[in-house]
Amino acid sequence: MSSSSSSDEERRWVPLRSRPEFSDVIPVEQDDGPNPVVPITYKEEFRETMDYFRALYKADERSLRALHLTSEAIQFNPGNYTVWHFRRLVLEALNHDLHDELALTEHIARGNSKNYQLWHHRRWVAEKLGTSATTEELRFTKNILSIDAKHYHAWSHRQWVLQALGGWEDELDYCQQLLEEDIFNNSAWNQRYFVITRSPFLGGLKAMRESEVCYTLNGIVARPENESSWRYLRGLYKDDNSSWVNNPQISSVCLEILNAKTNCVFALSTLLDLISHGFQPSQEFTDAVDALRISDSEQRDSDVAKAACFVLESVDPFRANYWQWYKNKHFQNA
Amino acid sequence: MEFPVATKTQHEQWTVENLVFRKYNLFEDLPHHAQTLMLELRRDEHIEYLMRGLRGLPASFSVLDANRPWMCYWILHSLALLGELVDDELENNTIDFLSRCQDPNGGYGGGPGQMPHLATTYAAVNSLITLGGHKALSSINRRELYTFLRRMKQPSGGFRMHDAGEIDVRACYTAISVASVLNILDHELVDNVGSYILSCQTYEGGISGEPGSEAHGGYTFCGLATMILINEVNCLDLPRLIDWLVFRQGKECGFQGRTNKLVDGCYSFWQGGAFALLQRIPSVSEEQIVLPDVGHCTLDTSHTSTTSRISEVGNSSEGTSSQVDDTGGFRQEGLKVPFPVNYNDIGYDFINRSVEMKPLFHAIALQRYILLCTQAENGGLIDKPGKSRDFYHTCYCLSGLSICQHICSDADSPVLPRAVSGPYSNLLEPIHPLFNVVLDQYHEAREFFTTHRAPFNSEVLH
Repeated sequence: MSSSSSSDEERRWVPLRSRPEFSDVIPVEQDDGPNPVVPITYKEEFRETMDYFRALYKADERSLRALHLTSEAIQFNPGNYTVWHFRRLVLEALNHDLHDELALTEHIARGNSKNYQLWHHRRWVAEKLGTSATTEELRFTKNILSIDAKHYHAWSHRQWVLQALGGWEDELDYCQQLLEEDIFNNSAWNQRYFVITRSPFLGGLKAMRESEVCYTLNGIVARPENESSWRYLRGLYKDDNSSWVNNPQISSVCLEILNAKTNCVFALSTLLDLISHGFQPSQEFTDAVDALRISDSEQRDSDVAKAACFVLESVDPFRANYWQWYKNKHFQNA
Repeated sequence: MEFPVATKTQHEQWTVENLVFRKYNLFEDLPHHAQTLMLELRRDEHIEYLMRGLRGLPASFSVLDANRPWMCYWILHSLALLGELVDDELENNTIDFLSRCQDPNGGYGGGPGQMPHLATTYAAVNSLITLGGHKALSSINRRELYTFLRRMKQPSGGFRMHDAGEIDVRACYTAISVASVLNILDHELVDNVGSYILSCQTYEGGISGEPGSEAHGGYTFCGLATMILINEVNCLDLPRLIDWLVFRQGKECGFQGRTNKLVDGCYSFWQGGAFALLQRIPSVSEEQIVLPDVGHCTLDTSHTSTTSRISEVGNSSEGTSSQVDDTGGFRQEGLKVPFPVNYNDIGYDFINRSVEMKPLFHAIALQRYILLCTQAENGGLIDKPGKSRDFYHTCYCLSGLSICQHICSDADSPVLPRAVSGPYSNLLEPIHPLFNVVLDQYHEAREFFTTHRAPFNSEVLH
């Protein structure tokens, strides 16, 4: 629970009842009833700000003072979607300069950026500003992502900006840079997928596939324990199982990881995926899987897929039920 | 020496692993009776923390001033899981308070006088169902709520959270869940929701908040539950969804929300609950392989206007719109003839299905994580060791614990002692996993909204 920070402007807070511009407003108390549950012991400035907000909101007063009041209320509680909504109505009515909104949302984000309202507002503003906002929005999200590279809202906003306003040109490089910093950053992999499938400059998944497979296989060989790259690899063949099964690069990297004997879970599961889609494993795979058995007491099976499931049941005990289920589902009659 | 330094992800992961393993090592070194004690669910402390919150909250909660129905739900549902009833006075006070959050034009806002919002509507409705009884259930204005839901409905199939609010998978779930449990779900609300959810299933297999975003535990639960409630779950690529989901449980024993992110107790419900849903889907529990039901599903990647399976069937939408002919149904159930589906029966039929498979995650390990790593000293539950307690994590850690304990049992069969980690007194009330309300309370609400009152008829609104 992050309480509002005691910045200078809050310490200088002047009660609304003492401000001449609000002298005609009759504050409206919250209708909490005589015995509310989850009552909050509001601080006096919070209560008073909200009482004045309710008065203007009820009167639907779309004025400059209403605009200023919403900004104060938002700073007390950035999660109040009613205040944000009313602010947008006021902004529209006044035809107010929307660049101020960028500063406001950036200020709120500095306190706590994990908040649906602030991002919804930002999107609304950027949509109104149009392509002139592109650079600023990309900078803003990049800034947030430099602090938290997996920030869900920031990534969603960035994707919206790219689709609605453009700015795709450097995005693949940006993904590349983030993955160089941290190859385990799944959000960066997700963004990479977004770019290669949707960027108007890259020609789509099919056109990008070969180079992406290459890039990803390098990442897998370097870090075979990294689930992100394995998932990305599989994603490159979404809706095209026959290419997936028939690319010899993939099965050979799989074999390489299996033979290395450490971090074999994703290689085994990829092998199973390949087989379940029609891949015919050679004797080398059978030998590699057989060599992974951790004890002779372990069940063995002449069928390589079933054997791989048995290995997984023991090397990956958290998912033992899954591997059993998988085996029954796919290879029962094998 | 290709990677001499750990990346940020690795560094954070190892730090958390150290914290968690320290707890487990401590536990392993203890004698048996002390282990049992450590695994005990500290009910009294949790109840005290929850009751205190229901009665009053300090100023620091001002940032949650637009989430008060959520706090009601998190607290009341946690108490109900613990088998703790609130007294008549608190019950009446809650009903009265939530009525003040109810908008005259339908739906509930985050506090009195705030705009209606789908998430707080879900929280308020689930709170009232959790309280149960005529007064609580009849306080919900279903007719106006239906008009609110229709107003939030978008041509793309999705829903907005509030007037001019954001559109995402949460909004779909909260709208459909509320409509289903209140017996007001109809074709107009369902139309195209399936294609919106489908557009959010990512290359990883999980579901994201919006098309293009990253697969995420919370949205995956919401998307999966929604697809079940609208009878289109087989349109999802379930094998890939399951493959993504099973890998979310890590060596810390708990669940993470996304690939290569940190464990968090709240995903005990979002991911654990998704497993509880999956094991009741016939195409999953049956042994033969079932491919996605693509023949019946339309996925328009531009997610503008698409034709969903139901509308292709061309049911009569005049009047009795909740009765639709669905030629697909749960085709894997082995039924050979088309059968009519009433959307409002789906949640009920679902929970009455018997469970015929083992859970696809490690339910005992998850209970260990919840009991050893997420119980705060002085009551309440937390994300992970080192974090502080809150009502959200208390609710979803306990919901996840209940899921684990009951995952192997049918609705009416007793829970075996070996399914419960720690003393058997840890056993919580079972929940309905589609709605996350305690099962008895669900049944009472179902009864109330289908029989005790004249059935809601959306015809009069058209």
